[in-house]
Amino acid sequence: MAIPKIIGVETEYGIIIRGTQDSNPISASSLLINAYLQDLARRSLDPPEAVKVEWDFEDETPGNDARGSRTPGAMPPEVETHLVNAVLTNGARYYVDHAHPELSTPECADARSIVRFDRAAEEILVESMVAARNLLPPGQELVIYKNNSDRKGNSYGCHENYLMDRLVPFGRIVTHAMAHFITRQVFTGAGKVGTEAPGLSWEDVPFQITQRADFFEEEVGLETTLKRPIVNTRDEPHADSQKYRRLHVICGDANLSELATFLKVGTTALVLAMVEDDFLPRQFVFNAPVWCMRQVSYDLSMSHALELIDGSTVTALGVQWELLTQARKYADERGLDVVGDAVGREVLTRWEEVLTALEFDPSTLAGRLDWVTKHRLIDGYRDRHGLTWNDARLAAMDLQYHDLRPEKSLARRAGLEQLIDNDAVRTAMTEPPIDTRAYFRGRCLAKWPSSVVAANWDSLVFDVGKESLRRVPMMEPTRGTAAHVGKLLDECTTPADLLDRLGSPP
Amino acid sequence: MAEREQIKKTAPARQDEETVQDTPPASEKGEKLKAELDDLLDEIDEVLETNAEDFVKGYVQKGGQ
Repeated sequence: MAIPKIIGVETEYGIIIRGTQDSNPISASSLLINAYLQDLARRSLDPPEAVKVEWDFEDETPGNDARGSRTPGAMPPEVETHLVNAVLTNGARYYVDHAHPELSTPECADARSIVRFDRAAEEILVESMVAARNLLPPGQELVIYKNNSDRKGNSYGCHENYLMDRLVPFGRIVTHAMAHFITRQVFTGAGKVGTEAPGLSWEDVPFQITQRADFFEEEVGLETTLKRPIVNTRDEPHADSQKYRRLHVICGDANLSELATFLKVGTTALVLAMVEDDFLPRQFVFNAPVWCMRQVSYDLSMSHALELIDGSTVTALGVQWELLTQARKYADERGLDVVGDAVGREVLTRWEEVLTALEFDPSTLAGRLDWVTKHRLIDGYRDRHGLTWNDARLAAMDLQYHDLRPEKSLARRAGLEQLIDNDAVRTAMTEPPIDTRAYFRGRCLAKWPSSVVAANWDSLVFDVGKESLRRVPMMEPTRGTAAHVGKLLDECTTPADLLDRLGSPP
Repeated sequence: MAEREQIKKTAPARQDEETVQDTPPASEKGEKLKAELDDLLDEIDEVLETNAEDFVKGYVQKGGQ
């Protein structure tokens, strides 16, 4: 049966160092994050070590495969324990990964919450840049880009995570998830000038819908950094592994458009709920999924006929209309509690609105979806100056669309529609969501910064001055909410008090 | 989804591509959009990276996940 779709998004940001020949992205990323943490500490009343909570790696098992066995030749991701790794009072994790600064949002209970915390993450990166500038010699600067490629074949990800029922057969997830991942690109794409796929040139693909489609080579697998699969099989629930799995989605773009982020996670959560309830009557099994990823990304007309294994064809929009139709039926028959009821309804409305616009006149989505906004800007510039699509100025605009410096960001200049107001975003930079276990993590860190010595998604470790450290497991992502522990946290004056009263996990 | 099928039947035959890619919009709304785009492009001209070629060349990242 469908369970509440607790969601998290982790984004690896691009980083460049300006004003120096010395360019080590790992030390630059560390400096960026440390500058932010120092700045936070300076502004807070707590001692500086307050925000330097260590990540706890004890239970990390990123090499586990959802298909049940280790695949020969598969490369489990390495856990880098020596780098900066902080947990923030909003429940997020801010760290260095694969030579990029990475921020994982706290666990969120719906798509609207994800948009809020994803925007808060952007603002944290913006403040980090400012803090780093104040530490660096004059003329030097770290600049952060929220994109997925350096245009030279190097890609970095924006991953989504969805809590799922362990009982659902993985094979069923694969089929439906794959169909959705291939076709949702029409609204999740962040747009890219040209292509990085081997053997293709800008003349073949002057502009494409997504940043990431060029980099997928497998249908299903464990890897994330090479031979990337459309459906990733990492089996590390960060929760009770008897009850849950976490579907780790690696094929999406990092979005500046709030609407794109909202629909990316909102529609995916809905599709996965329908998979759990075995509600979808029709399977779309593609003949060549990897090639379909690219075909959808390369086709701005969204009319390409994708081949299914039964010999018939379907367009990306055709699949999306079918999923929407089923989701509406699902809402009527089963309700939308597992995807946040009202937010789930908002997903349905916006999903239909966007599919209709994509079908009749995609240009009306300029200022709403990333790829349309970026295309309008760059194509307008190209037209004005009579440039060909391989002109460096257009590639530069492509990168600059994702520049997070407010004065430089072309996305910001383009005036993207906001779903979340700025005050709510600011609050989310320091305060956790109230409706997942992130609430417990965030509140404990804010209230007793010097007593929480380590944290992970599913535990907190306290040092209350006794002989041994106390580890509080948090194996239920839906518990530890304000409703569960808000009053308790208000009443406890010391962490020892909290541990005594908790007795059992929150 | 009777409603949608109806919509699809009346859909103009694939004019989307041209609308997005090449043809300047002809309608009044299109003119307004074009004027807005012109203003936006004027504004952006001032913040664009000055040496596009060096900037693009210099933007190198280590591969990530």
